[in-house]
Amino acid sequence: MSAHPVTPAAGPAGPPALRVRNLSVGFGRSGADPVVSGISFEVAAGECLAIVGESGSGKSVTARTLLGLAGADARVQADEMSIAGASVLALSEASWRRRRGRDVGLVLQDALSSLDPLRPVGREIADSLRLHTTLAPAERSSRVLELLDSVGLPDGELRSRQRSGELSGGQRQRALIASAIALDPPLLIADEPTTALDVTVQAQILELLERIKRRGTALILISHDLAVVSRIADRVAVMSNGRIVETGPTHEVLGRPRHAETRAMVAAVPAGKPRGTLLAAPRAAGPAAPATAAAAAAAAAASAATSAATATPRPARAAAPDIGPAIVLEATGLTKGFRMPGGTRLLAVDDVSFRLERGTTLGIVGESGSGKTTTARLVLALSAPDHGEVRVLGRPWSSVSEQDRRPLRTSVGAIYQDALGSFDPRLSVRDILRHAVALDGPRRPDTGRPALFGAHNGEAQARVAELLDRVRLSPALLDRRPLELSGGQRQRVGIARALASRPQILVCDEPVSALDVGVQAQVLDLLDELQRELALSLLFISHDLGVVQHVSDRVAVMNEGRIVEQADAPSFFASPTHPYTRRLLSAVPRLP
Amino acid sequence: MSDLELQAELGLGARRQGATRRPRRIAVAEGLAGAVALFLVLSAVMPQLVAPGDPLAIDPLQAFQPPSLPHWFGTDESGRDLYTRVVHGTGNSLLIGVLATTIGLGLGVLLGTLAGMLGGFVDFTVNRVLEVLFAFPGLLLALLVILIYGPGVATATIAVGLSTAPGYARIIRAQLVQVRSSAFVEAATVQGLTPRRILARHILPNTLAPLLVLATLGVGQAIVWATALSYLGLGAQPPAAEWGAMLSAGRTYITSAWWMSFFPGLFIVLTAVTATTLGRAIERRMRHA
Repeated sequence: MSAHPVTPAAGPAGPPALRVRNLSVGFGRSGADPVVSGISFEVAAGECLAIVGESGSGKSVTARTLLGLAGADARVQADEMSIAGASVLALSEASWRRRRGRDVGLVLQDALSSLDPLRPVGREIADSLRLHTTLAPAERSSRVLELLDSVGLPDGELRSRQRSGELSGGQRQRALIASAIALDPPLLIADEPTTALDVTVQAQILELLERIKRRGTALILISHDLAVVSRIADRVAVMSNGRIVETGPTHEVLGRPRHAETRAMVAAVPAGKPRGTLLAAPRAAGPAAPATAAAAAAAAAASAATSAATATPRPARAAAPDIGPAIVLEATGLTKGFRMPGGTRLLAVDDVSFRLERGTTLGIVGESGSGKTTTARLVLALSAPDHGEVRVLGRPWSSVSEQDRRPLRTSVGAIYQDALGSFDPRLSVRDILRHAVALDGPRRPDTGRPALFGAHNGEAQARVAELLDRVRLSPALLDRRPLELSGGQRQRVGIARALASRPQILVCDEPVSALDVGVQAQVLDLLDELQRELALSLLFISHDLGVVQHVSDRVAVMNEGRIVEQADAPSFFASPTHPYTRRLLSAVPRLP
Repeated sequence: MSDLELQAELGLGARRQGATRRPRRIAVAEGLAGAVALFLVLSAVMPQLVAPGDPLAIDPLQAFQPPSLPHWFGTDESGRDLYTRVVHGTGNSLLIGVLATTIGLGLGVLLGTLAGMLGGFVDFTVNRVLEVLFAFPGLLLALLVILIYGPGVATATIAVGLSTAPGYARIIRAQLVQVRSSAFVEAATVQGLTPRRILARHILPNTLAPLLVLATLGVGQAIVWATALSYLGLGAQPPAAEWGAMLSAGRTYITSAWWMSFFPGLFIVLTAVTATTLGRAIERRMRHA
């Protein structure tokens, strides 16, 4: 193990805000493997340490332990664990309660469930003041307003009376940060503070955290995404399997990653990587992986200048079948409105037009509420447009009845953000794929039912095996239910199901948003490979401009129901014209 | 900030373990319930095997015998062996319970499916009718039916079935509406399944599977209600070997011959507890499956 005792670059005199030496945390039986084993780090006042790692690497358990929240059955051992010079090792629950909020604050990922939905936000923030200070009620509320103002929530009077459900995602996260810094703790721990947020909001929250850091608070930022933390972290510690495998100043770790785990994480960041570059490098790859910052920057420049990327030449696409038109999907003047409470009508999609060429990817990017999911539903004919039309393979699609549309359904596959929800919870992976395969197969002449149905039908089995192989899933998973699979595996099953009917078009609605950056990289690589081999046309909908940049031939940006800019990817990213697009682009997390 | 949520997230591993490793107490209870259920079913199907005597055979010389070796549960005022009568009454009680639940469930499925699938006016009407039925306590509704059609086993069964139907209908409707708008049904539409196949393959199984649990729980409740009606003299009539009727007959002698009401009562309780325990066991399995 290479536990590098890290010393802050230029710490002021006095004890560091946090010092941890040789910390191990285990759960359950004493013989079980520890979740965190022997990690050491230090954070000085006004410094930001980012702990990055994939899910299951032990980073969140580390954060919880620093707050005394590892859980009743946790076994915590360390040579030293001290906050601002005072040891917090083996504290009683009562003394932890006194310290939490005062000595160390916590910001969680999911602000919606971290704030009580029934209590006004102001009261939530005032809680820690009430518990830890002797301020009078009037002083408390004026301090709350101050806090709200300092986290960039103006109209404090109004905000403090609202409940968490009445705030937007970014506002909630700000309110949560306000409650974490209410007592001005010397140490603030932020666990995936921006994961659920839109990129522009994410950028604002990171800016806010940086401001707090500059005021002298020590900040620990926990994330699975290197690009996000690289903005504000002074130092990075990479965790894998409960150990810190690499640590050092941010620019050094990102510029010259030494450990394979770090290199994989650097490579997995999609923004600025040209199409066809593999994001998920094989783990055992030697020193070659094009992962240095210089290489990435060069690649980004290359992709911006021209689509002829040089990093990893992309194998030529399978020749598109000569059947059918070159435009496989066409939307013209799509409009869809919803009635809002109060009688007003909201145009979720307003005069949206686009064309998807055979074998290419059209990326539709927009923040939450921009109308991109409604667009996906219109394209999938799950709801009918008020005006406008969708045509698939040159044939009418949105304007005909479901019965007339059904024969064409096999040409349009779909994968969803919530892969788990898109599967019947009673079915195993085998059943899911078997049903999908049967739909595509020939029909029995007598009954019109699918011929490829029975459980022992050899042809159906062979096809299921082939699909599994395509999405790189082990046949051992066949008898599991999606609930028992990991997020990445679920999405692969979803892709396999979509491919069963041999579609020409694949509609991907936020297919990787719920996944870790590392898993996201694998799924994006898989989609790219499938597109090349099967000549698929992809409609790729995402809130993540970095992902869209990596996968798209053409990009459309949606804002408030309208497409504000649409162009071929190279020129789009080289010279965005619309101000909203420019704002979006500047907010995309990138490696420095 | 909710510490609870933190704990829940951290406790994930522990919770998953707990799901597979059931506490021993529950496992024992489930085993016991299974054994009792086996005995009850055997008594219902082949009472002669469990108690070879005649439940109606009178022997006035043996009247009011307390529990003893020849008469395990004692005898009643006509000298009939109570053990034989209780065992032979099992079939009746179970049949009433199962039939009543079937009637209730059948009606519930019908109404719930109509409301959930057709929506609009039908949904509105069914919901208002259900609300009216909900306004009556269940047993009162059963009494109303018996008042109109006269006492008897058949009427009591139908009455109990009718009074449990609204609850089932409500649950089925809610479940149906939820499943119908779920993401996997939309995914099936996108795959190109016909509405009929989506209904048969996805919507109905996911709506009805939870009903299995409810029905098992319901059988216990229906038996208690049916025996309650018999006790009031509105269901099975004496001298039929039916638990409720026997309980009622024993009431007169409760101070001198406690066994006459105790053993039929014990079996009613045992049956209801068994049905509930089995229902909960199925529910747990389904949740963790």
